[in-house]
Amino acid sequence: MNALGTTEPRMTSAPKPVRSGWQTALIRPETMTFVLLIIGVIGASMLSPFFLDINYILRSFTLSAEIAIVALVLTMVIIAGEIDLSAASNMALSACLFAFAQQAGLPMPLAIGVGLLAGLAMGGFNALMVVGLQLPSIIVTIGTLIAYRGLAQVIAGDKSIRVPDWFIGINNQMILGIPLPVILFVLIAIVLGLVLSATIYGRQIYQVGTNETAARHAGIRSKRIKVGLFLLLGLVSAIAGLMTASRLGSVRYDIALGGELQMVLMAMLGGTYIFGGRGSILGTFLAAWLLVIVSTGMTVANLLPAIQLTVLGILLIVAIIATNFIYSRAQR
Amino acid sequence: MKNKIILAMAATFALGSTAAMAQDPTQIVYIGKNTGNPYFDSISGGFEDACAALNCEYQFVAPATAEATSQIPLIEAQIQRGVEVIAIAPNSPDALNQVLDSAKAQGILVLTVNGDLVGNESHRDATILPVDFTKTGPNQVELMGSMIGYKGEIAILSATTEAPDQNTWIAAMNDTLANDAKYKDMKLVATVYGDDQPEKSTTEMEALLANYPDLVGVIAPTTVGIAAAAQVVQSRGIADKVHVTGLGLPSEMRDFVKDGTVSAFQLWSPYNEGWLAVHFATGVLDGSIKNEVGATFEVPNLGTIKIDDLNAMNTQAELTTFDVNNIDEFDF
Repeated sequence: MNALGTTEPRMTSAPKPVRSGWQTALIRPETMTFVLLIIGVIGASMLSPFFLDINYILRSFTLSAEIAIVALVLTMVIIAGEIDLSAASNMALSACLFAFAQQAGLPMPLAIGVGLLAGLAMGGFNALMVVGLQLPSIIVTIGTLIAYRGLAQVIAGDKSIRVPDWFIGINNQMILGIPLPVILFVLIAIVLGLVLSATIYGRQIYQVGTNETAARHAGIRSKRIKVGLFLLLGLVSAIAGLMTASRLGSVRYDIALGGELQMVLMAMLGGTYIFGGRGSILGTFLAAWLLVIVSTGMTVANLLPAIQLTVLGILLIVAIIATNFIYSRAQR
Repeated sequence: MKNKIILAMAATFALGSTAAMAQDPTQIVYIGKNTGNPYFDSISGGFEDACAALNCEYQFVAPATAEATSQIPLIEAQIQRGVEVIAIAPNSPDALNQVLDSAKAQGILVLTVNGDLVGNESHRDATILPVDFTKTGPNQVELMGSMIGYKGEIAILSATTEAPDQNTWIAAMNDTLANDAKYKDMKLVATVYGDDQPEKSTTEMEALLANYPDLVGVIAPTTVGIAAAAQVVQSRGIADKVHVTGLGLPSEMRDFVKDGTVSAFQLWSPYNEGWLAVHFATGVLDGSIKNEVGATFEVPNLGTIKIDDLNAMNTQAELTTFDVNNIDEFDF
């Protein structure tokens, strides 16, 4: 986790003023997320004596792990200056197609293939609209958000489709006492964090998001980068959809309903700039934990949902104000 | 090192909570479908009074929305809190299977109250239903028929498309209309879903009136739906043309009955469900009641309760019909 933080590039357009190490650390938005996370843990422990149990926290994280994994890739899409609100619907549709295929008698490996291909195709469709036809991604993906979910309901109807017993329970698979979805989340975060911070491809993503025209003049194939990101997001959404199917033991059209908001919330809480060019995987990584800690703490304390929603809303507003403040300071 | 500290802390907390549990009174929690649903206040009242009488500790929790997976974090939280009894009105017949299994594995008594896991009964210990739900559909069709002279177009305004109890009743209504010659002149033209939200239910009711000008009756087997439907009929002044009935709360429907908007509707006593659940749960825990099919036990105010097939119990034999003559006798 620390390795991720220190190797990430800071994108500033002006020449950097000389700052000492701790000053640099303080003005990173991830620092704010980290501080909020610490406050969240302390607050939740004070709210309920049942909260501070590492196994419980890990188990609770598995309920959001699928969405958190998608949020990591979404962070890269947002940094590249685009957005994809259809990822949660993609999870539902690819899971429904997978379940439908295996129920229709297709062997499991093929059915899984169907689900993954469907996810890839949905990402491809978004890319075609946004990159090919130059349509604004927010409009396109609001459209596909509704369309993919609608198709899922057409396929699955109002019923749920069972999956085979051996496929059920990814969240009960433990490696060194840690649930598999959490391990996957950490591994994917490390890989994506390294790609974004330590490769040329990663730097190009930041440049495309900061100023696409300039990036293109500098010889960066911005279209190819964006298409790649949409396809990756589609594929990862499908994987997340299958993970959800395994956790629930059945598939229904309303899997991850409203998940797109949680994904965007995680990216924003982690300090990713909604207009692109800034942000980090570490930020989203921390924000996912923050969100789980805060909502789990309130749930185990039996707080009313109304209070929980209010707290989450305030958290987001605080995060956005702080991020804006930090970025405007950093640019001076 | 850090992990060790956390684990040690977790262990301390876990030990602490077990030790505390041994002296505490039985902890019972009821998880409702969603918040802001007055029906559950009434069930909760039964739990509360019974717990006051039998010296147990009771809490009511519910998610903000009634979607299939929204109760999962709440169940996880109750397991973590170490409650002895989880009673739940399930939002889905199968999405909760895995998490309810882990509750049972912890030795928690799992009861479904006011709705069951149809087809997945092995994932709970027993169910408490107000009446024999197979009679609800036919009873409602008969009441509707008597209001419209057994003739004309009718529609159903339901809750969510997934709600197991609603779907059981709707299936039975369809079955009764199709197979009983008495109802051959009644035609079901639409089944719509208001998601148990007042606004959506109102919109769906308006749409029914617009789409089916010949509509003479609406059955809303949900307390939110019938109140919304009655409101629409009242404000349009069309009570002589469109007859509304269904399952409603006397407290919410009193004004509509008194001004003639709704001539009759049905329900059971939700209060008694909570009352029975607590008596059953404490009896099973202290060994005085055997949770076996065919066993009987006495409950104050309810008389002898018998455990039927699939470990199901009913608080009353038939639905109660409320009209202008008796509505003042009920205050839930």
